[in-house]
Amino acid sequence: MANIEELQKISTQVRRDILRMVTTAKSGHPGGSLGIADVMTALYFSEMRHDPGTWTREAADQDVFILSAGHLAPVYYSVLARSGYFPTSELGTLRKFGSRLQGHPSVSDGLPGVFKPSGSLGQGLSVAAGMALGKKSDGSDKRVYCLCGDGESEEGQIWEAAMWASHLGLDNLIAFTDWNGLQIDGRTEDITGIGELNEKWAAFGWDVIVAYGHDFRSILDAFKLAHNADGRPKMILFRTEMGHGVDFMAGDNAWHGMAPSAEQCEAALKQLPETLGDY
Amino acid sequence: MKKYTDTGKRDTRSGFGEGLLTAGRADSRIVALAADLKGSVKMGAFAKEFPDRFYQCGIAEANMVGAAAGLAIGGKIPFIGSFAEFVTGRVYDQLRQEVAYSRTNVKIASSHAGITLGEDGATHQTMEDIALMRALPGMTVLVPCDFNQTRNATIAAARFVGPVYLRYGRPAMPNFTDPDEPFEIGKIYVLNEGTDVSIFACGHLVWEALRAAEILEAEGISAEVLNVATVKPLDNAAVTASVAKTGCAVVAEEHNHAGGLGEAVSGVLAASCPAPVEFVNGGDRFGRSGSPAELMQAYGFTGEHIAEMARKAIARKK
Repeated sequence: MANIEELQKISTQVRRDILRMVTTAKSGHPGGSLGIADVMTALYFSEMRHDPGTWTREAADQDVFILSAGHLAPVYYSVLARSGYFPTSELGTLRKFGSRLQGHPSVSDGLPGVFKPSGSLGQGLSVAAGMALGKKSDGSDKRVYCLCGDGESEEGQIWEAAMWASHLGLDNLIAFTDWNGLQIDGRTEDITGIGELNEKWAAFGWDVIVAYGHDFRSILDAFKLAHNADGRPKMILFRTEMGHGVDFMAGDNAWHGMAPSAEQCEAALKQLPETLGDY
Repeated sequence: MKKYTDTGKRDTRSGFGEGLLTAGRADSRIVALAADLKGSVKMGAFAKEFPDRFYQCGIAEANMVGAAAGLAIGGKIPFIGSFAEFVTGRVYDQLRQEVAYSRTNVKIASSHAGITLGEDGATHQTMEDIALMRALPGMTVLVPCDFNQTRNATIAAARFVGPVYLRYGRPAMPNFTDPDEPFEIGKIYVLNEGTDVSIFACGHLVWEALRAAEILEAEGISAEVLNVATVKPLDNAAVTASVAKTGCAVVAEEHNHAGGLGEAVSGVLAASCPAPVEFVNGGDRFGRSGSPAELMQAYGFTGEHIAEMARKAIARKK
């Protein structure tokens, strides 16, 4: 389990991975991945009980992470590779023909660490709830984590899953939202006005935790609070900034789905010095 | 010609219910999920015997599909049940991503399919579901023809590893297949051998195809009747072998033309054994309210109409 100093180093390297992967691919979604990089680093290197060496898709005796917002693939692939699920050298193949690192995650090529395909939004929380229910019915003490986007929460199925997980009392389900306030077409408030997510989730019977997604102490404390087995599923709302870590990307929804040029990538990497070695 | 006897009308959905219970007793990994139609889709007996393995999802089919996929990833064998329209058209994208593309071992129990759902009308009567499910890569599509076969197909679906679409209906219909014949996925069952025309049928229209063969026999026409209980993967060899012998075909289904069994059979024949083919199906229409019998008559889902199409196909032979 990594300490905070180590987590800081890992997340910086993960951000470098994201930038280099998307730049090489010449397409993809860097903004959200950069924004949730600290949370995902904390999840994979401190919070989750998982073992890449014995991983199977059935994951009978491990914690599970389900990515619902599939366009966050770059950060997902980076933390998986850096955890040891597959060689980091594979990161450079993102979105290329023949690669296991599909533009959005897939299970078709057996990429270790990936439980389900994602890309069509709003569906992952249902799958995570199903897995959490399965673990409960098997008497397992393991948890299921699920990452949703705030824009993704405009999908009705998210709220079907919210109602159902709460009804079943799935307190081994820890969902978290990348609450950056932006989506591809602009500010979430301008697009549908999703409003106060904390009140919405609380109204659906969830235990709601709000945390700052760029401070490891805040992130780890939030996860710890979510271990409370009180019969309620957990929703951690992480306040984040799209494009965090790169000054010209931060807070700009233009970087939701645009790849940097080679020059932009160079400029960005200068702000994030190599910590653990590039792939 | 072999004679088939209706041993007493029964609904195919009850065949599913009995099959689910039998399969559930044999394998504790089997779980069932309903979207507020537990009774209608005949999951009640399973839910009563295995309350810890039945999950009510409420009127939220999309979530039900995802939840089933999650249970399947964890090693369960989930059956999800609702009316055919609500477990196909309503949740096509969920089935595509979380079941077909994800290769999860989910069984889609699709009740009240086709026009014979009856009085509820077109919002509830899907005649497009076979097309949607055939289009999904890797999906197995089963359309058993009566109570006995639906029960045995359910048991076979439970044992099969991979996504299965199991389509059946609401009303009581003739029950005539051998109750002890195990269901073989991928097999076309030749119910009657013949030499003049091949009649391919699935679901409720298999009984009507047998009736058509009797009508034709009285006219001296020898019809081969094939029960296509697995629409996908289609038994291409059996399709070709039959038509190579008879020289023409009729395809009958309680489904619209686009994407249905008729197109599937025609596609095989175009590549392997070009021959005249006539169709008995819903064409390009929606359903409407009425009793199942009235609707079968109105849409031409009858032995008489199948026989008429058979004569037409025979007349087109060179």
